[in-house]
Amino acid sequence: MTLLRVLLFSTAVLLTYTLFANILPQVQSNPPEEEVPIIAGEMDQDAQIAWGEKLFDGKGTCTLCHNNLGRAPDLLVMDLNTAFAERLVDTRYDGEAKGEEGAKAVEIYLRESLDDPSAFVVAGFGKKGTNDTVSPMPVVGGPPISLSDIESDALIAFLQDKGGYDVTVPLPAPGEDTAATDEEDSEEDEGPAESVEAALEKFSCAACHNLGGSGADVGPKLAGIGQRLSTDEIQQAILDPNAVVSEGFEPDTMPADYGEQMRVSELQMIVDYLSTLAQSEAAQ
Amino acid sequence: MGLIAGLFFLFPEFASAADAAQAAAGELLPAPKPTHADYLTVGGISSRTLVWGLAQMHLFLAAFVLAVPFFVLCIEFTGTVTKDDRYDAMAHEFMKISMAAYSFTALVGGGLTIAVFLFYPTLMGYLLKVFRGQTLIYALLFLAESVCLYVYFYSWQALRYGNRKWAHMSIGLILNTVGLTLMFVANAWASFMMSPAGVDPTGAITGTVWEATRNPLWNPLNLHRFLANIAYGGAIVGAYAAYRFLSAKTAEMRSHYDWMGYTSNIIAIIGFLPLPFAGYWLMAEIYAYSQQMGITAMGGVLAWLFIIQAVLIGTILLGANYYLWCGLGRTDRGQLYAPYVKYIAVVIVGGFLVWVTPHSLILTPQEVQLLGGTHHKLLGPLGIMPAKNIAVNLMLVFTFLSFQMFYRSSRIATVPWADKGNTFVVALYVIGCLNIIGAGIYGYLTPTVYKVGASVPQVVSTLSIIIFAGVIDYFMYRKSTKTVVHWGRMSTRSQYALFVLPVAFTWLMALMGYIRSSLRTHWHVYTIMKDNSPEAYIPTIGQAGNIITVITLIFMGLILFIFWLSQLGATKQLEPTDKDRVEGSA
Repeated sequence: MTLLRVLLFSTAVLLTYTLFANILPQVQSNPPEEEVPIIAGEMDQDAQIAWGEKLFDGKGTCTLCHNNLGRAPDLLVMDLNTAFAERLVDTRYDGEAKGEEGAKAVEIYLRESLDDPSAFVVAGFGKKGTNDTVSPMPVVGGPPISLSDIESDALIAFLQDKGGYDVTVPLPAPGEDTAATDEEDSEEDEGPAESVEAALEKFSCAACHNLGGSGADVGPKLAGIGQRLSTDEIQQAILDPNAVVSEGFEPDTMPADYGEQMRVSELQMIVDYLSTLAQSEAAQ
Repeated sequence: MGLIAGLFFLFPEFASAADAAQAAAGELLPAPKPTHADYLTVGGISSRTLVWGLAQMHLFLAAFVLAVPFFVLCIEFTGTVTKDDRYDAMAHEFMKISMAAYSFTALVGGGLTIAVFLFYPTLMGYLLKVFRGQTLIYALLFLAESVCLYVYFYSWQALRYGNRKWAHMSIGLILNTVGLTLMFVANAWASFMMSPAGVDPTGAITGTVWEATRNPLWNPLNLHRFLANIAYGGAIVGAYAAYRFLSAKTAEMRSHYDWMGYTSNIIAIIGFLPLPFAGYWLMAEIYAYSQQMGITAMGGVLAWLFIIQAVLIGTILLGANYYLWCGLGRTDRGQLYAPYVKYIAVVIVGGFLVWVTPHSLILTPQEVQLLGGTHHKLLGPLGIMPAKNIAVNLMLVFTFLSFQMFYRSSRIATVPWADKGNTFVVALYVIGCLNIIGAGIYGYLTPTVYKVGASVPQVVSTLSIIIFAGVIDYFMYRKSTKTVVHWGRMSTRSQYALFVLPVAFTWLMALMGYIRSSLRTHWHVYTIMKDNSPEAYIPTIGQAGNIITVITLIFMGLILFIFWLSQLGATKQLEPTDKDRVEGSA
């Protein structure tokens, strides 16, 4: 009888843990998809920059550290134009582009950063105890990131463009080794977006709204929306777009199932972002 | 793994042929790149689940049989020094349980070896090449472990007193040295798969076996597993004692098994208290080795698992504390300390609730709308590390306080400096706790990267309280007036706390194993050899939880069988009397 009681009690404890594990969010993380060849020679510069942005948030996993948590400089937010110029003349910088300026120098500097992150470590971002001489960043060409040369080029193009510099990296040429990858973090149902940019891209907001310079006018402009609507109203506009339709726009245009498609973290990021969006920012 | 050495020679293609060709060409061969076709599929069997189950079962058993001789030696030593035979008898009884488990460990280990070579031949071939002759050393160590274990156990009564006792303890020391070395070697393989060393980026072997062994995560893993084994082993024998206590027929047996349960619980707590700090070190080294790996664990797909971990550890601490509080009933002076229990309970339960609070709540969009966001105004701040660090450190400190209260409840200090000593201990607790809370608040004000740094003074505070208060109490009560401890005066309910501990520990060990393996994501050997098997994905928490529960249930069945075997070994049939013989022949 004692044995039976002990067994029942222990099994009940076990089942409680199991139940708890089953009510938490369930995400299966799949390995990256098979490599998808890029058709060399068919990519223009805009596509290259867009591809670089995708790599920045996707396969390159740059946003894991280059975010607002302080692990690495927040490249998506900071003024890259000024930052790159300052790095090139930094007294601690002794790389190939030392003392030079302009877009080509930035390309050299960025390539150096991707291939040999410890060549120059921004003050305060080095590995603990190394006095900013060793970078915690992995070499992007090596595993686990394994960016190919043309992917590194695309990443540099994106950062040059973001910093307001001319893009100086070459486009992928016909005949070039194009075994590049277009891997996404392939969690089942793609997993939650990790940044607001990724969330906006995931739900194609810019396809209908003038956001990020898309110029789209299917939906209302989002510039300054935070000044016009409260946080709750923005949230309602996403979750139940037909509740209040802006003047001059048709109902049933915007998908009504974002409430089911979006993770709560994604919704929160988008709402937070829109509520603080200035009059001029959205179109940039 | 003992079988690995044999397979090494039976299947030379795993090692020497390729090496010879490589040496002849003077080239470095990269790690193989297995394709789907390289993985054997047998019917509908999930090879990964099978290997997972066998590996976890082997780990459960191995952790137990490696941990028991360690604290048995400590108990035997205590018995010799204090000349109290009860310690020796208890140590011997612990060993009996361990002996029954040893054969199962070898059996499951053999099954595991066959399974990994069948289902992951390319990976095992590569690991054999990396670790070369170490597999033979492992086999020899396994042999030495078996010899030492049997000699240690069977010579117990033959080497019982005087100098012979010291000879017996020396055998125990050798047994533990061999056992620990075995574990370290096995850990080298597991940690190499996470943080490979002694190979170039293509996986070509460039370094020595020692370089591969001494990879960045080897030592943190060694320490973590060593401590966890002690806590785990203590919890399992505690359950044995509770089971025997509940089925005891005499007051003497109840008394003996109550004392055994108490000692086991203390062993589990001693192993457990420093474990979170070993965990910090392991996680810090993971971050230092690869930020991506660290982020995968703490901020990525595995982040929710740490909420389950919090539930499990919270259960363990609640169970251990509850048992200690019930123990105050064993002493006549226990009532003096009973009023403080409710305050400790508030801290333990409060800490548990903070620890289990997630940063983001699981809500439907409608609930988000009602709540005004995913981060509740009050609970949101409790979901981040500074709050959790405060909670876990205070829980550990107050668990030690529970133990300290029971320790004091059967002693009256007679040293002249007792008042000053008490004041110092109280000051230690107050200042330490304030420091823990203060450093936690500082963690809120500093960037994420420095939050981990803020946990260091908290850890130092916790350890300082435990060490200094322990040392002061030792000297203050060393020559104290002892009052009676009524061993056996424990409720039935209190014994169930001793069952919660091993169940939670077992499930927790399997959960942490799942996390550790998942950190490699889709790599067999991180960044060196990809896992291209059909099951190269990280399963969901629910799937993993179900598998872990099944493995734990099987293990529980096995352990109960081992308990039963141990009890059977101590059962003696009474010699038939003349009357019985007459009745039997009629």
